[in-house]
Amino acid sequence: MRRRSLCWPLLAGLVLMATVAHADDAPVPDTLKQRIAACTSCHGEQGQGGDNGFNPRLAGKPAGYLVRQMQDFKQGLRHYPIMEYMVTPLTDDYMREIAAYFSAQEVPYAPQPAQRLPASALARGEQLVTKGDAARQVPACMSCHGVKLTGVQPAIPGIVGLPYDYLSAQLGSWRTQTRTATAPDCMATVASRLTASDISAVAAWLAVHPIPDDPRPAEISEGPLPMHCGSVEGSHS
Amino acid sequence: MTLCLRIFACVAALAGWSAVGIVHAENAAQIERGRYLSLAGDCASCHTARGGQAYAGGRVVPTPFGSIPAPNLTPDMATGIGGWSADDFYRALHEGRGKDGQYLYPAFPYTSYTRVTRPDSDAIFAYLRSLPPVHSERRDNDLRFPYSMRRMMAGWRLFYFTQEEYVADSSQSAAWNRGAYLVNGLGHCNDCHSTRNSLGATVDDPSLAGGMIPMQNWYAPDLSTKANGGLEGWTTKDIVDLLKTGRSARGTAFGPMAEVVRESTQHLNDDDLAAMALYLQSLPARPVPKKDDSPLLGASFVVKGQAVYKDRCASCHGDDGKGRGDAYPPLAGNTSVVEPIGANAIRVVLSGGFAPATHGNPRPYSMPPFSQQLSDEDVAAVVSYIRQAWTNTAPAVTPDDVRTYRSTPGT
Repeated sequence: MRRRSLCWPLLAGLVLMATVAHADDAPVPDTLKQRIAACTSCHGEQGQGGDNGFNPRLAGKPAGYLVRQMQDFKQGLRHYPIMEYMVTPLTDDYMREIAAYFSAQEVPYAPQPAQRLPASALARGEQLVTKGDAARQVPACMSCHGVKLTGVQPAIPGIVGLPYDYLSAQLGSWRTQTRTATAPDCMATVASRLTASDISAVAAWLAVHPIPDDPRPAEISEGPLPMHCGSVEGSHS
Repeated sequence: MTLCLRIFACVAALAGWSAVGIVHAENAAQIERGRYLSLAGDCASCHTARGGQAYAGGRVVPTPFGSIPAPNLTPDMATGIGGWSADDFYRALHEGRGKDGQYLYPAFPYTSYTRVTRPDSDAIFAYLRSLPPVHSERRDNDLRFPYSMRRMMAGWRLFYFTQEEYVADSSQSAAWNRGAYLVNGLGHCNDCHSTRNSLGATVDDPSLAGGMIPMQNWYAPDLSTKANGGLEGWTTKDIVDLLKTGRSARGTAFGPMAEVVRESTQHLNDDDLAAMALYLQSLPARPVPKKDDSPLLGASFVVKGQAVYKDRCASCHGDDGKGRGDAYPPLAGNTSVVEPIGANAIRVVLSGGFAPATHGNPRPYSMPPFSQQLSDEDVAAVVSYIRQAWTNTAPAVTPDDVRTYRSTPGT
């Protein structure tokens, strides 16, 4: 009995040591998730987005859209230094594989904090999202990004439930041309027709609008797109 | 026409046809050789704008004296080399002069390309002439006065340019000579892997001894594999692996070298890569580095660095700094960790990134960027720690050093 009581801790210790040694020597997992630690450290393990309001959600976005963003960063159409640096060493094949990974992730949206904008601003936001502003030739966001605003396969991203900071920063970037896309650059055109307060209103409304039960992008557009976009094949004005 | 004449005409036509065929095949072989040599020279890297047509120029090469947009190398008559002859092209590589004889600025590395042989120059020219012409107007140089005065290059050339063609060293093997020709000629390795003086000339005594790359702020390490060299102890396999795949058992290519591997060296054949390795392994030993006399940073700094390392780095690079398999490079003895300045280690910690995706490593592993997670103090502490842990004995870095590189990700 006495002997055993000495023996067990010793054995347990040996087992523990073996486990630790094993952890050190274990081969690095040959998984895409392991390979793309650089992506997930900011965008979240499943691409759910960072908690700082700027590193956007990638989960569930159409793969074609994600590939194009990586290519745009690489080719200097879209500017953000750390992302430009990150994707430059990648081939198109590897980008497609990474995009497919994030596109396939299904993970709940993080709730966005309530916006302190006045009701009139939120009403303006809703108007721009759902109806647009014909007088200023601004199409409704829904006319391209889908009636559920969750995007359309394979190239149009969902915009509902993204952080206010990210949405307003992107619309601002379209206006200052730090974010551009293949010509004709329809989002640059749309953003140039919005005022600063329009941008706040749209971003605020989209950030807090409830996520639909099925947050996946629509398979096809409900109607013809109102503009011809270089980044969306087959779109015509 | 008599039968005799008809037969004669037929034979003549056939002979003419086959002669054309032979010339065509010779041209095709020359063009293919030119394509390969253009890759060895990494020409497209500068002569292609981001997202632009290959070789159509437009990438702006920044220098401490101003910026120089690389010209269009496609055979467009108005904006490219459509009006050039093979003689003009050779003169540019060999003498550093443009089509009209004007002095070229050494952002175009003719100080290395001068060693390229005439047949190789002709092959590259034939390849470039075979490309589809692209009309792409060249932007003017944006050089500060007095550097904007091209005539001043005459004086610079007296001091810093020797026109030469590679002469084989008969005491060395054919492979060594091939390696020396590629490294010092088309590869123009010394243009980054050396220090530059205040007039932008490379310091070649000794050559390939490493230096900060102006404007890019990455340190290109010393390439000697002998005692105190930056690649001390690297085997032929280590060097070939890095050039071919972007990774090796001794370290991973990143920053500007990742681009060189992607655009140039991964496309070279194994014989040429082995030849380059053989030549690099013959570079002489380097002097013992001066002892680090930077002020000691205090025990708390070291403890902090070790704590950050354990928390953020050890799971991939190991407590012993030996890395893990093919995925994560060792930090102990890694030339990029212990280079004299510390810029590389700081920038890799801040920006992380992927090894270059290559044919030999198409799905590289990556390192998270820590710029949003670690303070300047934390980065300085952990970089100082890895520069002095295990067998490493490089000087510590300060939070001010980290601040310098915070806003310069990328290449």
